[in-house]
Amino acid sequence: MAEIKLQALAHSYLDKPENPDDYAIRQMTHTWQQGGAYALLGPSGCGKSTLLNIISGLLQPSEGKVKFDDKDVTDLQPNGRNIAQVFQFPVVYDSMTVFDNLAFPLRNLKYEKQAIDKKVNEIADVLELGDVLHRRANNLTADEKQKVSMGRGLVRDDVSAILFDEPLTVIDPHLKWKLRRKLKQIHEKFNITMVYVTHDQLEASTFADKIALMYQGKIVQFGTPQELFEQPEHTFVGYFIGSPGMNIIEVSLAHNNAVFNDVSIPLKATLINDTVTQSSNVKIGIRPEFVTVIDEATAASYLCDVIDVENLGTYKILTLELGQQKIKARISEDQSVPADKAHITFPQEHLKLYVDEYLVKENIE
Amino acid sequence: MSLMLNNISHVVNGETYIDDANISFDVGSFNVLLGRTLAGKTSLMRLIAGLDKPTSGHLIMDDVDVTGMPVQKRNIAMVYQQFINYPNLTVFENIASPLRILGIKDNVINKRVKEVASILRIEEFLQRLPLELSGGQQQRTAMARALIKEGSLILFDEPLVNLDYKLREELRFELRELFKKQNIIAIYASTEPNEALALGGITTLMHEGKIIQTGPVNDVYSLPNSIESAELFSEPAINIINGVVNNGTVTIGNGVSFQFTQLTSEINSGEFSFGIRPHHITMSQKNDDDIALDLKVDVAEISGSETFLHMSDNIVSAVAQLTGVHNFHTDAAVRVYFPVNKLYVFDLHGKMIQAPAYITHATKQSKGGK
Repeated sequence: MAEIKLQALAHSYLDKPENPDDYAIRQMTHTWQQGGAYALLGPSGCGKSTLLNIISGLLQPSEGKVKFDDKDVTDLQPNGRNIAQVFQFPVVYDSMTVFDNLAFPLRNLKYEKQAIDKKVNEIADVLELGDVLHRRANNLTADEKQKVSMGRGLVRDDVSAILFDEPLTVIDPHLKWKLRRKLKQIHEKFNITMVYVTHDQLEASTFADKIALMYQGKIVQFGTPQELFEQPEHTFVGYFIGSPGMNIIEVSLAHNNAVFNDVSIPLKATLINDTVTQSSNVKIGIRPEFVTVIDEATAASYLCDVIDVENLGTYKILTLELGQQKIKARISEDQSVPADKAHITFPQEHLKLYVDEYLVKENIE
Repeated sequence: MSLMLNNISHVVNGETYIDDANISFDVGSFNVLLGRTLAGKTSLMRLIAGLDKPTSGHLIMDDVDVTGMPVQKRNIAMVYQQFINYPNLTVFENIASPLRILGIKDNVINKRVKEVASILRIEEFLQRLPLELSGGQQQRTAMARALIKEGSLILFDEPLVNLDYKLREELRFELRELFKKQNIIAIYASTEPNEALALGGITTLMHEGKIIQTGPVNDVYSLPNSIESAELFSEPAINIINGVVNNGTVTIGNGVSFQFTQLTSEINSGEFSFGIRPHHITMSQKNDDDIALDLKVDVAEISGSETFLHMSDNIVSAVAQLTGVHNFHTDAAVRVYFPVNKLYVFDLHGKMIQAPAYITHATKQSKGGK
């Protein structure tokens, strides 16, 4: 088990990268602590698979170092790194039984038969594979096969980390729940460093204690699921996390107000500084969950047109228009839907300000 | 155009793929076939398209029996999971290809390609090759090619499943908008309850080759006809708790009893199943007559804005969908509450025999208002 450190790491698929856009991974220094459950989340093409392949040793980075517990492993092949990997599609030996699949890594390491029996049974028990232990792997369902793939990583005592690359892609939605739950239990029980690559926010946040959100080769935020939801540090985090994502509106500033078209929204004075007032790229952001829809106008409310209502069973999404901007609001299933016109407010504690796409932190002193 | 399936069955090598399907689709309707993998969604679409011939039953289009008619003779477009484009043709030529085959004039093709590309927002990529586009743009190209045919029927077989969920979110919205304006029948297969809700229209639930319920999406969601329907159309699945009724008193789980005064007279006594949706279970008591359950935590899944709390004891297992982030330790004891007026009642065969009071109220109000 290990702590994984990426030091001044960068990668380009080009021989002679010239500008930042030539890099699939922009230079980064990042630590995955021993025993953590992490997710590497982002859209396709953001660099997350490249980063995973650099950690596992399938790819040599063009710059920087990879360290496991301070040991430089940058030049080591995958088999020298003691990494277990679980891929999108389960990798099992079809002709072997589940037991033999799980025992395979241990037999390679010349474990004693007794030790193998004990370890395989223990892992099969945790993964609830006991009933199929002596069945041939080719008769298993997709989720059972994926559990066998995971089990082969878990039986070894010398594994530094387990890397998951979109492991639930081929699993039916109603079984994804069960497997995610299983992964979480395994992490709690074995205390292994796990890095889980996915483009699905729900998978990332149900699995991970901390999420690294990647965009254009950079980790734009590294935080808990709650931090990514409540304090998106980059407009992309606001957009990507949450369904629908954050409402983000380009504004200009006038006397501590964010202004777009005829609409003027007061901002907290503690947010305003010289960088903010001098920038030409200023945006406000508020999540649909925090836009408040009220029945009667107040001094602080704005009147909008109701464009669309989506009933999603557990809640409803309203699409509103204010100052020619579309704004989404999430309301509960019990709340009545206003017809044609709605009054909304933007609670200040949830109204975020972004300059050059990055969050403006409050100056509290 | 209308499309009707009368007693359609499809059996291959003794295995039943489609079991006595009866359903009709109206012109201008957007229809979602919702079911798990192998429920029969793709099989049904292949029969509708004419790629397979049913073992028995009839397929009627506009009062004409088309059961044996081959796919080429039907005016149908299909979009698959894997986006299929011609890699050596530009996006423009990909979209234009069905019209080229029909020998349509250049100026008409030009106009049509631009129209369809603008609807799907890929106008600026028309001169590129498909592989120079993102996955979402490639899939939009494939959709544009399906739309340009101006067929009377368009079939989507899980078209968004290989895309990032953010793109899926955007394309779902586009699809909904797109088909509001079209005079064609759209049929869309999905495995995801939330996708069906987001797409709207008519939802048809399929399970093991059978159509088990069909209707406007919100009706099917709020009034499932069986436990099976309710479970298929909710994620996480609705909680089902077995109980015994004795003159208006219900006993569930480890001897928790409560008065259920709204029970209809036919539910007098005996064994029943009660359904409660995960988001109706709360950590605090909201009403005096809320029912309390003492359970142990299995695991808490956190999604950033919500927590899914999995709990159980030796009899009951339940999931609560809670707003906000809540941390729980495995095996911690919790007391959760749910309101009586949100309970579904099912008989021992799984048939829904009473809907929750809050839904029947809402339905009555909206009907009275019209």
